[in-house]
Amino acid sequence: MVIDWLSSTKKLVAFALITLVVTLTKWNKSTSVLRPLVARQINRAGLSPLPMLTFLGVALGLVVSGQTVALLSKVGAVDYAGVIMVSVVVRELAPLVTVLLVLARVGTGIVIELSTSRALGEVEALEALGIDPIHYLVMPRVIGLALSVFSLTVYMVLMALVSGFLFTFIQDVPLTPSTYLAQMSASLRWEDFIILGVKTLTFGGVVALITCYQGLAHALRLEHVSQVTTNAIIGSVVACVVLDAFFIIAYLVL
Amino acid sequence: MSFSPCIQLSNATVGGSGLFQDSARIEQVTWSVHAGEFWVIGARPSVGKTDLLVTAAGLQKPIAGEHQLFGSRLEELSEEEREASRLRIGVVFENGGRLFNDLTVAENLALPVCYHRNCSAEEASTEVAAVLETTGLKRVAQFKPTEVSRSLHQRIALARALILKPEVLLIDNPLFNSDPFQTNWWLDFIPNLAVTHPNLTLVITTTDFRPWLEHGRQFAIIHRQQWLVLGDRHQVKQSDHPLVQTMLAGRWDSLETTDFI
Repeated sequence: MVIDWLSSTKKLVAFALITLVVTLTKWNKSTSVLRPLVARQINRAGLSPLPMLTFLGVALGLVVSGQTVALLSKVGAVDYAGVIMVSVVVRELAPLVTVLLVLARVGTGIVIELSTSRALGEVEALEALGIDPIHYLVMPRVIGLALSVFSLTVYMVLMALVSGFLFTFIQDVPLTPSTYLAQMSASLRWEDFIILGVKTLTFGGVVALITCYQGLAHALRLEHVSQVTTNAIIGSVVACVVLDAFFIIAYLVL
Repeated sequence: MSFSPCIQLSNATVGGSGLFQDSARIEQVTWSVHAGEFWVIGARPSVGKTDLLVTAAGLQKPIAGEHQLFGSRLEELSEEEREASRLRIGVVFENGGRLFNDLTVAENLALPVCYHRNCSAEEASTEVAAVLETTGLKRVAQFKPTEVSRSLHQRIALARALILKPEVLLIDNPLFNSDPFQTNWWLDFIPNLAVTHPNLTLVITTTDFRPWLEHGRQFAIIHRQQWLVLGDRHQVKQSDHPLVQTMLAGRWDSLETTDFI
């Protein structure tokens, strides 16, 4: 099982490197076809999930604020509300919740559509027309999902921080907006912005790569679509959690 | 004009596609396809006709043996040269033509043009309209493949291959699942194409020689994993090979069960 896992990881890394090389070497090729495809992926992964993301962002802010403010009030440490929101929401939960939402909503769609295309021989048809499947199918999805997860995370952070403050306001906690903002700005460092950007772009890119890899990299039949979809979802969740652990180390080091 | 064959397979073993890539489907294929030839390849269903065309087009490497496209060994070509060779060879796949179901028929045709010329669909529209007109598909241009009768799919795939103006056209079993109207269309269009484009090289696979006997100029069969070049139509008529006899008589029940392999 460990050998299988290592072998799959090796193939996935090779697939990622091929995608990187194709992206760099064919960046300016067929832009009139590729740019609309990237825009379609951004619309699909970055705009369509906004209502759902708003709901989750508000809920996340309420849950985190609800749990922590009640606890902080008991020990007279309401001054730390902003700090905790930054540590929990900005650094950890918002990127993870966003990427899981994008995975559930768009990643599953990607692996199903690509594996179906692969099973029906459409990928071979692309090659027969001289169209590079990595360039045409994978590159727009990787760029689209990376940018989408980044943008949606920023939006979710804002939603969660605002709803978190609203909760403290409803609960009559003596915390003014200016104090709340001051607490957050004091606990935010410049590294937070850089790491958040790198982390969300990586999450989006990795989810796109894993779903594309599972959909395209193996010869398969239609009956294998459900299995590769499951593999892609499990692989993406594990990869994001493992990457998150690496980013925690980055936070600790910086 | 170059005298090198467009496609040359020498002692090649053709593998299966998809999940069966490592298993040999046809062995010892030695085949030279020259410009302007019209090959008809006969075989029973599921014996590797598609695998042969996919290999001949350079989309899949033979398991063994040598493969040349337009005089160059495939493994010696750079990625750009391989892509350029591919554009000179059009492939029309069997059983639905492997169309892109999320695109309309017109978009299916425009995609390769727009991709290779980096132009918008509007800029390619004149060319697309001309090919749709030639292939009689204008009325279905704005429909998606799933909204169009399946018997038209391979014809749409032919239009998609023709739009790149290939020098070699490999058509996989065009009369498969074809209604009488479509059969007549193919049997009118392809021979006419051979006449109007004398330098166009045509390769057609079939399970029945009869419709193509008067149109094809070179004939071959795949039988029990073996490749056998028959020659011209007179040699086909004189052949005493059981598969050829069966294909000419249309009496499939005369073959042994083992002949299906």
